[in-house]
Amino acid sequence: MISLGIFGIDSAVLAIVALLTGAGLVALAMWLAGLISPRSFNPQKGEAYECGIPTRGVTMTRFNVGYYLFAILFLMFDVETVFLFPWAVCLRGLGGAGVACVAVFFAILVLGLVYAWRKGALEWK
Amino acid sequence: MDNYTIDNFHTFSAWFDNLLNNCMPSWLATTVECVLVGVGLLLVYSVLALFYILYERKICAYFQCRLGPNRVGPWGLLQSVADMFKILIKELISLNHIDKFLFALAPYLVIIASMLAFAVLPWGNGLQIIDFNIGIFFLIACSSIGVLGILLAGWSSNNKFTLIGALRSGAQMVSYELSVGLSILTMVAFAGTMDVVKIVEAQADHWFIFSAHIPAVIAFIIYMIAGTAETNRGPFDLPEAESELTAGYHTEYSGIHFGFFYLAEYLNLFIVASVATLMFFGGWMPFRVAGWDGFNEIMGYIPSVVWFLLKAFVLSFVIIWFKWTYPRLRIDQLLALEWKYLLPINLFNLALMVVVIWQGWYFGTF
Repeated sequence: MISLGIFGIDSAVLAIVALLTGAGLVALAMWLAGLISPRSFNPQKGEAYECGIPTRGVTMTRFNVGYYLFAILFLMFDVETVFLFPWAVCLRGLGGAGVACVAVFFAILVLGLVYAWRKGALEWK
Repeated sequence: MDNYTIDNFHTFSAWFDNLLNNCMPSWLATTVECVLVGVGLLLVYSVLALFYILYERKICAYFQCRLGPNRVGPWGLLQSVADMFKILIKELISLNHIDKFLFALAPYLVIIASMLAFAVLPWGNGLQIIDFNIGIFFLIACSSIGVLGILLAGWSSNNKFTLIGALRSGAQMVSYELSVGLSILTMVAFAGTMDVVKIVEAQADHWFIFSAHIPAVIAFIIYMIAGTAETNRGPFDLPEAESELTAGYHTEYSGIHFGFFYLAEYLNLFIVASVATLMFFGGWMPFRVAGWDGFNEIMGYIPSVVWFLLKAFVLSFVIIWFKWTYPRLRIDQLLALEWKYLLPINLFNLALMVVVIWQGWYFGTF
């Protein structure tokens, strides 16, 4: 199904126009800045900007696993939200049966949250 | 469609489309229109960003009993234009040891994400660029691409502070995206459609915040908190906490390269405020009361674009107000607020909304 946007143009085309506009804005400004900005070379300038003293050790290294835990939890609930959107659109037409079916889905999800909570996955360590 | 306000862009765009089609072949007319849409988007995007920078600086200044920018132009109006030129003539420092491709890619992702979300917003009566039947869903999907840009920026800079800033930002943005998604889901359940135009037109007689009363107010409060967190603004600005992390994920970016992140941050503030306007305060719809025809007609004399921008600016003011009212949260407090408070309240609120819809305890007809 084609949804028409402004001037009766297909919305998908307009989305591509918006995408190209965004990319064009960055490319144009970078080109302009490249033309008029000054350039000077100094070996110190290329170093990482931390707190004044030279940086030590490897940067792209291991980091706290807590971030991954929250990413996984996010994935679970975000997929659930995606599943609920179509249901939400036709909620009025579905009546009692639709509410009951989703209630089961919803209950499993809440149980998942409770489980994660009791396991301590929501604590920041 | 209907004449809710005196300005009606449906007639204008149909007239313009006709005009172009009469004097050139239709493929050329479509191309010209696409270019015009692109140029228009670019102009509105930049002007709005410049306006928002000044708006925030002025408000911050008044909160702190200062005057704020007042030298460049009357009332400091040209300050951000001057800043834009200044940032363009700053050197783009080339760094050692960075991942050059990802480093260059990150600003593109951030800007494109906000540009796509920007193009979905309903600006006025018929002034709607992208009009998908899953409009609001498309908007959420696009704006979440921005997280990728921020993570890439932090990772590719080869700097420990940017890495920590990016990871904090990523954890914060994905967590709060859940709350944004769920509170919008609650309102979609009420509206029964994801089409942005239909959502606005469903609010002709009562804005959703009035017609869906208690669940809508809860969803609105959660949306505003989560939206503030999603744009990395104070009190949730710990990804760029300057006292701990230099400047967060964009520490290594210089000149206009940094400017893109700055631009996108302000535009995201506007997008969050306008989605709140759209879902709770009727978008461009004037304040109307069912049955008061004279009153509705007078309200309709104010153009729809003015209504939309006015509501968005008021809600942005509220978000800026948060920053000067609450102290910055710690990362554990931030995640606990989302996962232990907002998410359970949101799930409960969705159930409440279902009960309200089921029992018909709302105003208006659907």
